[in-house]
Amino acid sequence: MQAKKRYLLVFVSCAFLAYCYFGGYRLKSEISDTEINFLPDFVDLETVRTGSAIRHKERPISESTNECRMETCFDFSRCHKDFRVYIYPPDDSLVPSHSYQKLLSVLEESRYYTNDPTKACLFVLSLDTLDRDRLSTDYVRNLQIRIQRLPYWNNGQNHVIFNLYSGTWPDYAENGLDFDTGMAILAKASVSINSIRSGFDISIPLFHKKHPEKGGEPGFVVSNNFPLNKSYLLAFKGKRYVHGIGSETRNALFHLHNERDIVMVTTCRHGKSWKDMKDERCDEDNKEYDRYDYEVLLQNSTFCLVPRGRRLGSYRFLEALQAGCIPVLLSNGWALPFAQVIDWSKAVVWADERLLLQVPNTVRSISPTNILELRQQTQILWEKYFSSIEKIVFTTLEIIRERLPKQTPRDGTVWNNSPGALLTLPQFSDSPLQFPFTVEESLDQFTAVIYCQLGSLVVPSSPLYRLITSVARSKYIARIIIVWSNDKSPPPKGRWPSLPSRIPLNVLQFSSDPTKPSISQRFYPHPLIETSGVLSLDEDTVLTTDEVDFAFKVWMQFPDRIVGYPARSHYWDDAKGSWGYTSKWTNDYSIVLTGAAFYHRYYNILYTEWLSPLLHKTVEQSQNCEDILMNFLVSHVTRRPPIKVTQRKQYKEQPPNGGRSPWNDPDHFIQRQTCLNTFAAVFGYMPLLRSNLRLDPVLFKDPVSNLRKKYRQIELIGS
Amino acid sequence: MTISIRASKLVNSKIPSFKHFFIALFIILLLSIITAFVVQNWSFNNDGYETYEKLQLKNILNLPEVKLSDDAPSSRPHNSKCTYWDCFNIYRCGRTGHDRIAIYVYPLKKYVDSKGIPSVEMMSKEYYMILQSVIESKYYTANPHEACLFIPSIDTLNYERIRANLTSKALESLTYWREGENHLFFNMISGTASDFSTILEINTGDAIIAGAGFNTHTYRVGFDISIPIFSPIAHLAEINYINDLRQWFVISSQINIDSYFLDELQDMQLHNSGLLILDACQVHNYSKRCEYGSHQQFVYPQILQKGTFCMVFRGERMSQLVLLEALAANCIPVIVMDEVVMPFSNVIDWKRAAVFIMEDYLHTLLDVLKKISEERIQSMRKQVKFLYEKYFSSIRALVETTFDIVQDRVYPNWGKNYDDWNLRPDELNKSPLFLPITAPRSQGFTAAILTYDRVESLFILIDKLSKVPSLSKVVVIWNNQKKSPPPMSSFPQISKPIKVIRTKANKLSNRFFPYEEIETEAILTIDDDIVMLTADELEFGYEVWREFPDRIVGFPSRTHVWDNVTLSWKYESEWTNEISMVLTGAAFHHKYWSYLYTTTMPAQVRDWVDEHMNCEDIAMNFLVANVTNKPPIKVAPRKKFKCPQCVNNEMLSADMGHMVERSQCVDRFTKAFGRMPLKSVEFRADPVLYKDAFPEKLKRFNDIGSL
Repeated sequence: MQAKKRYLLVFVSCAFLAYCYFGGYRLKSEISDTEINFLPDFVDLETVRTGSAIRHKERPISESTNECRMETCFDFSRCHKDFRVYIYPPDDSLVPSHSYQKLLSVLEESRYYTNDPTKACLFVLSLDTLDRDRLSTDYVRNLQIRIQRLPYWNNGQNHVIFNLYSGTWPDYAENGLDFDTGMAILAKASVSINSIRSGFDISIPLFHKKHPEKGGEPGFVVSNNFPLNKSYLLAFKGKRYVHGIGSETRNALFHLHNERDIVMVTTCRHGKSWKDMKDERCDEDNKEYDRYDYEVLLQNSTFCLVPRGRRLGSYRFLEALQAGCIPVLLSNGWALPFAQVIDWSKAVVWADERLLLQVPNTVRSISPTNILELRQQTQILWEKYFSSIEKIVFTTLEIIRERLPKQTPRDGTVWNNSPGALLTLPQFSDSPLQFPFTVEESLDQFTAVIYCQLGSLVVPSSPLYRLITSVARSKYIARIIIVWSNDKSPPPKGRWPSLPSRIPLNVLQFSSDPTKPSISQRFYPHPLIETSGVLSLDEDTVLTTDEVDFAFKVWMQFPDRIVGYPARSHYWDDAKGSWGYTSKWTNDYSIVLTGAAFYHRYYNILYTEWLSPLLHKTVEQSQNCEDILMNFLVSHVTRRPPIKVTQRKQYKEQPPNGGRSPWNDPDHFIQRQTCLNTFAAVFGYMPLLRSNLRLDPVLFKDPVSNLRKKYRQIELIGS
Repeated sequence: MTISIRASKLVNSKIPSFKHFFIALFIILLLSIITAFVVQNWSFNNDGYETYEKLQLKNILNLPEVKLSDDAPSSRPHNSKCTYWDCFNIYRCGRTGHDRIAIYVYPLKKYVDSKGIPSVEMMSKEYYMILQSVIESKYYTANPHEACLFIPSIDTLNYERIRANLTSKALESLTYWREGENHLFFNMISGTASDFSTILEINTGDAIIAGAGFNTHTYRVGFDISIPIFSPIAHLAEINYINDLRQWFVISSQINIDSYFLDELQDMQLHNSGLLILDACQVHNYSKRCEYGSHQQFVYPQILQKGTFCMVFRGERMSQLVLLEALAANCIPVIVMDEVVMPFSNVIDWKRAAVFIMEDYLHTLLDVLKKISEERIQSMRKQVKFLYEKYFSSIRALVETTFDIVQDRVYPNWGKNYDDWNLRPDELNKSPLFLPITAPRSQGFTAAILTYDRVESLFILIDKLSKVPSLSKVVVIWNNQKKSPPPMSSFPQISKPIKVIRTKANKLSNRFFPYEEIETEAILTIDDDIVMLTADELEFGYEVWREFPDRIVGFPSRTHVWDNVTLSWKYESEWTNEISMVLTGAAFHHKYWSYLYTTTMPAQVRDWVDEHMNCEDIAMNFLVANVTNKPPIKVAPRKKFKCPQCVNNEMLSADMGHMVERSQCVDRFTKAFGRMPLKSVEFRADPVLYKDAFPEKLKRFNDIGSL
């Protein structure tokens, strides 16, 4: 008994000692918690000053132009009405470089352009400022004096100056433009975060002389293999500078070269006198350099190293982006292109020049899932903002536009996701849910827009009358709009079919120029169209209610695409070297005719306000092809083909006794073929995409009782 | 020693109980000494040569004094050219062995000059809380030699409370100062009357400033961190729900705002009743506000809960308390501050939560605000709530966000991107296959056949598959551990490679393992008894998958329905007009989904599937729909998916118990995923010329739908 007590005593005292030793600190911290109550607040709310700004208007204006901000160096009053760009008339004695010519012609053809300087918000020089390296052939001399002579220069206010290269050997100074840019906004490549005037200047990518004016090549990524199996993990092939600015990084790259999955090859064989400057590694390097092909590396590597050159940016950046070879940046302090709107962390890997030897480790630790994301994002960014000079220039302008007062902002989700900010017009809506790019369950109604060009009679037997009645029977119809585009005035109210009161019928007559009605009116974004879904119809279209209902249900799943019945296709005609158009029955299609199709009303805005005036002119002149243009537009935005539903191929009432409708005229076809080629030229590429499938109701033609089928009428319509 | 001597004495005295007791005591003592020694030693080994003690926040009221003489050297002035690349010493980071920055806090001291006057009055409550948050954060280290970031323990929150000269001297005396390299200062009130500098005017050298009140000129992009000024009373305005009914459209609540702002507001007020302009009451009190020009009194900041928009004007300082108060009250801030650097603006997209108006354009205020759609107001409210709760609700949240930003700079490739910082949990995440492309035909697909022992039917299937032009490889997943697969020589001789994989356990999940042998994007999972599909059907199925590479595309379809009687989800295999699932007994899917199935499927779902040997296809449909929010695609008309030979199979499928179990699966998985992710559609995909009166030989796919 005694012994037990003693044991107990010893155990208890041991436990207590152990507690004091290991856990005693808990007691201490409890004490200090109360101490906080004795401490004062960092600020005394009763005396804190919350008001009385010193307004910048009253501030001295002596701030140098290095300190320019939109609020201090930009005249917003010029931009109250429209966001227009004026280009100075060309100086005949100076021919700008090829790249700058392309840049100017893009602007001239764009919707931003104005030839009236009083209406302009922004001014762009016709003097070539792209290359300000004094040793370059494109260098324009005496720019300072020439600029001073410009009539609207005003110390650069509201001007945008595009620049790719500044400074020259040996220091390649960033501000070495050799003229005073004053208050002009610089859109400049290879800028560092330290020299960019925040919220004012814009970093643009360095692009090649061969960079296309419009359209541009798509990215190289065509598949999303998982995990990505490329022969090389990380690759670089390029020049090395033996000494001088930017040489350090590239001279050290050979340490990473392992010939297996990391290929880092450099050469010093560039410039006239490379042999005089060469160091002991040059010969060995050159030998290794010649073993690899640049294109092959680009295509077969998961990551591509993008080290700084003499300047911070390099062509390699865009090349890697296009190839879907995830750029690994080794360029400390570089302000990436359009970084104020693009989240580059989704598409590139940042390495640190100071930690060069860690690059392989960093790259190896990136997971396959992450690689899948990064790689896809390179393609989205390339195609939306970088693949042509047009996109680079428009992105620059849109960034400036967003800074103007009263603009509806587009947040980062718009900029960093497909279809990107250039195709998301803020004037349409400030809510992403209104756009067709998210599937919203709440889309439950559509507006039918019937385009009447022939001026048909409205009698119960006429196609138009029957069309209205069968469309009105749809469960999902909200309103019927008749776009009357004929010299004759539309029939009086009483002649139209009587509809249930929940379905209003509006007849709109476009009277702007009754002798020459424009066929594009059918896509006019009329405020009466309140639903997201638009069913576009011709007056002689034949459709059953089941077909309408089914197509609408399908469209709800694909609100970003055109969903319709009759389809057409385009093909490349090798003999003629041009695009061909066919209405033959084929195994695939790329166009769905808008004589009977659903689409999102947002495309009306894009069609009317975004398309280049050149395209509208083509449609105007031919009074045709508006449906092809709509297909171009939608495919351009979504990069997906349209969708054909059901078997229907004929959708027109056959004209009695072989009468001529514009649609069975042989000229009509030739005209459409011409349109196709013109559109492709203006877009800069062929946006149409092919599909091999059509969508039918789940039980279509299945051997099951018709009573079980939801869309019975569809079964009865042959092709 | 003494113990043993005593023990030996006691042994001599021949009292066994004592002897035992002392032996036991001896052993216990010995053991505890050894343990203590081991523990001590172990921690020694961990920390190098010395141990470092976690900083204690105690005795704040009387800290050890350090006297600085009048001629003590002062630190270098603030370096306005600093960037992350040249002022931040990256080599000080990464010494911990894990990819996380380590933060050290200097010991608490009181710095006094020769007259005994301290550099800072008493440490403020907020700074105390900052230090506390640092010490308790995951980044904290007590070891200055492995630290990447250093926090001085001098309270620099309010410039008006510190003596700049003495503080600069104190900084120079810090052990690891080195021109301020890798040091971080928290500052909420910078400058003082009358110039109200926007930076902390002490000699911080190359240190990072986490400050409120920067403007775009003084903020060093990519280096400094902009934080908000903390309002000690913001929490009083907190509101837990999103309130749509708000009495005032716009509330301006700052005291003594600039007369220009006031005039503009009053102008607007003449035509609009929804505008509330507040100012101080006659008896000044921060928590009471009176309507301008009247004596109606409101309790501040609670009044902000009644406003849709709350004005934040620039004052002498760029940072205003009202910002945090408005965020707490879920009132959308309207920022009228030219050249402002918003808090955490390098990671937070304020366009989603606030309205910006230039000072000169204040007169457009109501135009701009009234143009904002109801939908956007709703989403901004949600965003304000999200931002406040996540980044601004407490000192701790501010401190942690600041460190997260530094962490992401040092380890950018493990960092968070735009979506991680800005998207609310209710915003649907993006499909991992988001690039809009049609997959290339050239790659073809890999057929993955899960089989147990039906060799005969397997061979028929392989033979049939070999006639599909786009087949690139057959992978047979042999799920029978008791029996070896037939020798390769007995397999049908086809022109495409065949690989047999033997599994370790008979699990249905094996069908969805992302085997290395599968080199194509597309996988056709097919049961060994599905021999009735024609080559045209399979080839067409692949064509459809190419156009929808992020979905499951397949042949037999099913749907789910809500049973109003049992109040649960039911599985439906009848001929319906809708489909929401495609059975993976014959379906194409992207290999990434196999990877997701294997790695991220909720454990309860995976275990259920393996335990019951059923529902793996339902689980896959749930998984894909949950990630993409898109329904699967059914291809071609319905056929009889059973073979006349396999009686067992038919029995199994027809078995009522089987159907009941599958209904249970749907119900159970819905609970596991936290929602019903399946989406129903009314369409299927057919070839463009299906059933058309058109010469069959001109159709690319003509053998479709034969029974």
